[in-house]
Amino acid sequence: MSRAALLVLADGRFPAGGHAHSGGAEAAVKAGRITGAESLESFCRGRLYTAGLVSSALATAAVLGVDPRQLDEAADARTPSPALRVAARKLGRQLLRAARATWPSPELDALAGQFPKGAHQPVVLGLTARAAGLEPVDAAYCAAYESVSGPASATVRLLSLDPFDATAVLARLAPELDRVATRAVEAARTAVEEGVDALPSASAPLLEIGAELHAAWPVRLFAS
Amino acid sequence: MHLDHSHDGPTALSADAHRKDGTRRALRIGLGGPVGSGKTATVAALCRALRDELSLAVVTNDIYTREDAEFLLREAVLPPERITAVETGACPHTAIRDDISANLEAVEDLEDEVGSLDLILVESGGDNLTATFSKGLVDAQIFVIDVAGGDDIPRKGGPGVTTADLLIVNKTDLAPYVGSDLARMAADAKAQRGELPVVFQSLRGEAGVTAVADWVRARLAAWTA
Repeated sequence: MSRAALLVLADGRFPAGGHAHSGGAEAAVKAGRITGAESLESFCRGRLYTAGLVSSALATAAVLGVDPRQLDEAADARTPSPALRVAARKLGRQLLRAARATWPSPELDALAGQFPKGAHQPVVLGLTARAAGLEPVDAAYCAAYESVSGPASATVRLLSLDPFDATAVLARLAPELDRVATRAVEAARTAVEEGVDALPSASAPLLEIGAELHAAWPVRLFAS
Repeated sequence: MHLDHSHDGPTALSADAHRKDGTRRALRIGLGGPVGSGKTATVAALCRALRDELSLAVVTNDIYTREDAEFLLREAVLPPERITAVETGACPHTAIRDDISANLEAVEDLEDEVGSLDLILVESGGDNLTATFSKGLVDAQIFVIDVAGGDDIPRKGGPGVTTADLLIVNKTDLAPYVGSDLARMAADAKAQRGELPVVFQSLRGEAGVTAVADWVRARLAAWTA
């Protein structure tokens, strides 16, 4: 394996469609819940321990070889908002296209055949990490980091927030990213033994509600 | 993934010339250019000119609304199932150049759902003079500028003006009113582009989109040859 592949996969410029999504930040900005760096940090922390932890554990379980179909169903069960399920599958499909071109593997081809309209993004992320020869913990970090880096860069565009402030928010969250990734790996290892019900199911109701409202706006900058 | 790639995978990746069932995919032509230069009007005119002879579809890339897609729907230039809007997250050039995944998904879905297509027009959201399409997304690209945006744009150049397969200088009927020198624009475009073609167009004039439609037909003939 090459650990450097993690840098390729986690790079915000990896062409997998993430740039068009705000991770709920656009809805939160409109609702007045993100107004600057401080509230962005609170928002990201909340997202990290809920959607971020769940995504991280799903991705890790995929690297460990848990059946993708079961993981996709587990992701559905943990995503009440239909708009978020649609967004997660869209992003999964886009990631799969980029992954198959970047790290060709029979396993990724099989996944594309099994889910022609896309599997949940964290499931695809885990199998992509596997195809890239990465370790379970690498996928855990990648998913956890994505759960906060997306909203941070979207908020720079939405609020004209100072980009240095947004990046400093991500740096301050780093120790918590470590904790979430560690918990995700533990949960995923348990799921290998006990099944997908052992995966975390932390939920952020405001993210789910915000996503439903956002999907109905006639004018918006981001797809979700 | 190149034109001679063998096609046994479940889906095509980017510029593959064939669909997963082995048939040749539609020719994809991108239209880019600054805000308000007439991209959507040109797309609408092309649809009207070509829809009786070709099976075609359109992907629009709107920046923060579905306005361009809705204009095309309202004008009824094509049936609604042949028009798809991609959301670009405030960055139209990213969606056509740096991260083309959403646009590739849109063209793939159109081919799957509408059936056999000859041509897909991919319209960019209005952007700046550096916005160009990735070769992984389109087979040829048109850059649309207009005389009212300033007659120095061809001189300024930039990747869109200098490298597009076709440059359209639109709204020539406005030239006398905005003080634009068409001869100077033509000379500057020639200097920037060498042998690459330039069309001066007024959609209000009698010729309308004819020259551009002919260029598209020639590209399509080369694609299917």
